[in-house]
Amino acid sequence: MILDEVKEAFVKDLMKQGKRSDERGLLDYRDIRVTKGFLPNAEGSALCQIGDTKVLAGVKIALATPYPDRPDEGAFVVNSEFCPVAHPEFRAGPPDERSIELARVVDRGIRSAECIDLKGLFLEEEKVLGVFLDLYTLDHCGNLIDAAALAGMAALTDCKMPKYEDGALVRTEYKGNLELARKVAACSFEKIGGQFVLDATGEEETASEGRLTLSTCDGDLVCSAQKSGRIGVKKDELLNLVDIAVEKGAMLRSKV
Amino acid sequence: MKSDKELFRPDGKRLDGRTETELRPLKITAGVLKRADGSAMIEWGRNKVIAGVYGPREVFPKFMTDPYKAIITARYIMAPFSSQEEHGRSGPNRRSQEISKVAKHVFENLVLTHLFPKTMIEVHMEVIQSDGGTRVAAITAAAVALADAGIPLRDLACGVSVGKANGKLILDLDKTEDNFGESDIPHVISPRTGEILLYQLDGMLTKEEISKAYDMVLEASKQIREKQAAALREKYESALETAENGDVQ
Repeated sequence: MILDEVKEAFVKDLMKQGKRSDERGLLDYRDIRVTKGFLPNAEGSALCQIGDTKVLAGVKIALATPYPDRPDEGAFVVNSEFCPVAHPEFRAGPPDERSIELARVVDRGIRSAECIDLKGLFLEEEKVLGVFLDLYTLDHCGNLIDAAALAGMAALTDCKMPKYEDGALVRTEYKGNLELARKVAACSFEKIGGQFVLDATGEEETASEGRLTLSTCDGDLVCSAQKSGRIGVKKDELLNLVDIAVEKGAMLRSKV
Repeated sequence: MKSDKELFRPDGKRLDGRTETELRPLKITAGVLKRADGSAMIEWGRNKVIAGVYGPREVFPKFMTDPYKAIITARYIMAPFSSQEEHGRSGPNRRSQEISKVAKHVFENLVLTHLFPKTMIEVHMEVIQSDGGTRVAAITAAAVALADAGIPLRDLACGVSVGKANGKLILDLDKTEDNFGESDIPHVISPRTGEILLYQLDGMLTKEEISKAYDMVLEASKQIREKQAAALREKYESALETAENGDVQ
């Protein structure tokens, strides 16, 4: 507890001078590495590393029944696991609110950018394909949302579509890749010591007063947003962050 | 998600007859519950939400205690009978847990928590009827409930959603406009400072649209804020009259 307070004061003092302990600029990302096709059994997979943060994404394609209110559309389901190996405070068991938030923010970005043509997943009456995206946080060293969004996007671009024959999926034969209309990337800004910074480390996040995540897609549009934490965000701050997210989003999407 | 459904009438008005920047009818009543320390009911279009506050009181579970400030818990939940569709499942789901989390952050901003160390303040938001925009309605009601509980606040936060339908920005979406529109941006702001306390967005929007949506919310917040203040005034003025008549409970 006391150590957290010391760290928090240290991070904030540095930020007030416009500095970070790893000498990055306030809007710089750590090194980003995306490895697609990490797992052969999943239809799509990717490991995303941002600095020491590691998030693994896996996609499985399965037969599903459509939702009653959308009988002609396939399903897209995003789930998040904070694996207990990823952080000393993560525990096995039902997902906590941070894990739910992460899954839903990534889901909203991909869904509202209409990346996946859900109508194209329709097979026959009462039968559709489901795209199940699971986000596995393996090593939590800050900025999980951006890493998970990037891993998820990469895994979807890697996703092969199994053949559908005689009412069943043939997982050894593929009929090409999942078609994606556009790509999405999330940029999370943490407000620390009065400054908005990108790609906060775990240490920096403990000193954060709040976060704004902005997802952008091709065409420089904002396709999802989520404010978290007790800070208030002013209008000019929001619009300024939109500009940065558009610029950085293009950089992130180029990594996929 | 884009859809072909026409959300405007031939006369340019919305399906329920509103203009693009018009709120649905809004009524707030403070002090609707006897037992809770503070409460409010909001009736907003066809939405009905009851908000109740307990605290500051002893922290449970105890290990959550913060020696420097009050901790806040928030619970937004939709009753299984609240929607026009099927009977829903009772209890929290992923959506309601996410909303509870961001709602809690709003109250952490509002409440002067440092005045009540080692305590907790519980905010409950029960959606008993839903028709689009329940999260902003719930938080608007909860702010009144917090004030009704006598808890010192920086401001009375209020919220409203802005969305896009057939390419136009519209204020205060109802369920149909939310389902068939192209976008939804629930905002909760502090009218005093103009700061955004809750912000969620889905859809595909330009920076200009994001800016205009905020301006629509700021303008509408004046009306919502007036209803919040009126609800509190009504409750406490009538209590004062009762007291003056020597009719103290």
